[in-house]
Amino acid sequence: MDEIQKRILLEVADLHEVPEGAYNIRANGASAGRNSTANIEITSKTDVSGIDIRIKPGTKHESVHIPVVLSESGLKEVVYNDFYIGDDCDVVIVAGCGIHNCGNQDSQHDGIHRFYVGKNSKVKYVEKHYGEGDGNGKRILNPGTEVYMEEDSFMEMEMVQIKGVDSTVRTSKAELKAGARLNVHERLMTHGEQYAESIYTVDLKGDGAATDIVSRAVARDKSYQKFDSRIIGDAVCSGHSECDAIIMDEARVLAVPQLDAANVDAALIHEAAIGKIAGDQLIKLMTLGLTEEEAEEQIINGFLK
Amino acid sequence: MLELQDISFKVEDGSAEKEIIQDLSLHVDEGKFIVVTGPNGGGKSTLAKLIAGIEKPTNGRILFDGKDITDLSITDRAKAGISFAMQQPVKFKGIKVFDLLKLASGVKNLSINDACSYLSEVGLCARDYINREVNASLSGGELKRIEIATVLARGTRLSIFDEPEAGIDLWSFQNLIKVFEHMRDNIKGSIIIISHQERILNIADEIVVIANGQVSKQGKKEDILPEIIGTSSALGTCDMLQG
Repeated sequence: MDEIQKRILLEVADLHEVPEGAYNIRANGASAGRNSTANIEITSKTDVSGIDIRIKPGTKHESVHIPVVLSESGLKEVVYNDFYIGDDCDVVIVAGCGIHNCGNQDSQHDGIHRFYVGKNSKVKYVEKHYGEGDGNGKRILNPGTEVYMEEDSFMEMEMVQIKGVDSTVRTSKAELKAGARLNVHERLMTHGEQYAESIYTVDLKGDGAATDIVSRAVARDKSYQKFDSRIIGDAVCSGHSECDAIIMDEARVLAVPQLDAANVDAALIHEAAIGKIAGDQLIKLMTLGLTEEEAEEQIINGFLK
Repeated sequence: MLELQDISFKVEDGSAEKEIIQDLSLHVDEGKFIVVTGPNGGGKSTLAKLIAGIEKPTNGRILFDGKDITDLSITDRAKAGISFAMQQPVKFKGIKVFDLLKLASGVKNLSINDACSYLSEVGLCARDYINREVNASLSGGELKRIEIATVLARGTRLSIFDEPEAGIDLWSFQNLIKVFEHMRDNIKGSIIIISHQERILNIADEIVVIANGQVSKQGKKEDILPEIIGTSSALGTCDMLQG
């Protein structure tokens, strides 16, 4: 990998070198490195572009890194990655995609990730998106995530997109069986004329299933954001979604929280708030000696932390 | 160290103009602990905001250490050595108590121990709070003490506290008194507290009574307190309970 690709890798996966444990690094549409371990096997798909990741039952404290780097202008790809996580696992999965586009053609990566989470398994999934480069070509990412959770499994998803992605439509769907729990924490910042859409559909199918979807977003300049979440309560379950957005400049933010209860014991709550940075927050930090710009930066950094 | 010269502050009230502060002059000496009191709506909080730069006077000048700061921004006044604890502490999503103390101290690599010492000074068990977010999960009394800790962390020549007793329960208030008594004993620079509370007035060097936007009385505590005791300018602790 060249220096640009290495830098992007650092942005999306916090990786300086090849990671420990299992990994698959994809650079400009080709594999730039792969490692399977005794418990985690990564194989290429034969029908479509992408990989299968199989994690043996009982695998604990292991990680999988599958970052994607695009530095060639005009490259467009759709990749299917399937994760089969056995019962009683405790693993961390780090994905992420970074695009460096200096050219005039659009670069696009659509990653479709499917997770089959076994009984009693615990998964932490981190996905970071990042774009850079000063070409006219757009940096486009359209991630699709599907999660199928067995009884009493737990999954925590951290979705981060802070900089440089011109257009993104994120579609996430999840089905939870009894006792399963899904926590989503999304952090998003858009600037310039960027477009970002986040669509979540979580179906709580079994008794005791629970979800908590929290989105913190900052929309600057002339960017547009849409947050669309739908929690379906089909059983004795609990669901909560929260969309909290700071709007700045000439941006636009649309929040569409939906709750769909089909059981009298489905406890579903949504909260949505969109507003500018509070004046008294700026004043407080300015009385500590910060300039207005520094105060704004601190408030946004904290909000997106 | 601080001098207000013929300060006026007017606001638009519908079609009419309302004068909140009228030709007010005030002199604060070095090393003094001053309590500003007076009836509600008399202009006390506005005065504090005028000194901190949050509001700009319509007329008059403000001098700090002999320099005219009337046209300085909030930031520049803070840098010049003025701190301000707000009546309603501000909440921040995602900003931790430690972050706020670090910003206040101006020390980029502020140690956890130093940050904790500021919290201990305001009577908070530091380890329990240092990593908490400054958000609605904290009670009014806790937020108030953290607000005061940020002023301590700054350690500036002039500190202004706007009604530190407002919005807190009696138990927290008793603790807060101790914080101010401690500050009184270790004074560096000058302290101005806006308060109606007799117990805070009691530890003042000087008392300034503001009514109708003007200084109606000013002098040593021994002279002023007997005159105002029992009025709305000097409330006993029990009055807090009665609201």
